[in-house]
Amino acid sequence: MSVTITADPIATEAEIAAVSSGRTEAGAMVSFTGMVRNDPECLLDSLEIEHYPGMTTTAIEDIEKTAHERWPLIDSRIVHRYGILRPGETIVIVVTLSAHRRASFEAAEFIMDYLKTRAPFWKKEHTATGSNWVASRTDDSRAEMRWSSPVAD
Amino acid sequence: MIKVLYFAWVRERIGIPVEEIETCARTVGELIGELAGREERYRLVFADPSSLRVAVDQRIGDLDTPIADASEIAIFPPMTGG
Repeated sequence: MSVTITADPIATEAEIAAVSSGRTEAGAMVSFTGMVRNDPECLLDSLEIEHYPGMTTTAIEDIEKTAHERWPLIDSRIVHRYGILRPGETIVIVVTLSAHRRASFEAAEFIMDYLKTRAPFWKKEHTATGSNWVASRTDDSRAEMRWSSPVAD
Repeated sequence: MIKVLYFAWVRERIGIPVEEIETCARTVGELIGELAGREERYRLVFADPSSLRVAVDQRIGDLDTPIADASEIAIFPPMTGG
């Protein structure tokens, strides 16, 4: 179980390989990669990600701990970037490892849904015509709420 | 004295990222009310508290969260991480 908050580019392939390395008891690994999307209509130059140092690490560690309590995970890794990112660059990776696939799939999705609403980051888009703070999405609030009902075994 | 941090457009509109505040406010809501009464820039930012989120000692809180024993409060827009 580990969380890293960093301004450095994320070495996605190396991070994923490190999670499963030597864990022959695992039969399933799921990885999610979140990237900076360039909406063709807004011509994004860069995405600035601000965060609350201290709280970001503890908030994401809490989310990860909750995932381990709800699903039988062997291990997990979460890396989230802050600073100035360009279109196509990786913002976040979530990797989950378990004996069977269901736990890894569901836990990865749960972690991302919670991360969207409970991790203290704020995004600002810089385009040729100006800069604006990205608004939170109703879809993300709804996605987080659906995990409140009991998970069937 | 309590440390108050601002993030994103809250920080931009108030003009500073952090300040130390002397206050007798007992909850986050009371503190925001006090700050809104200070100057126009605070009043404008805090005009719609439902547009804001808060953390007390780095834990998500709300307007009713008590602050008597807190050392740090943060006020910010809804998070957009991930």
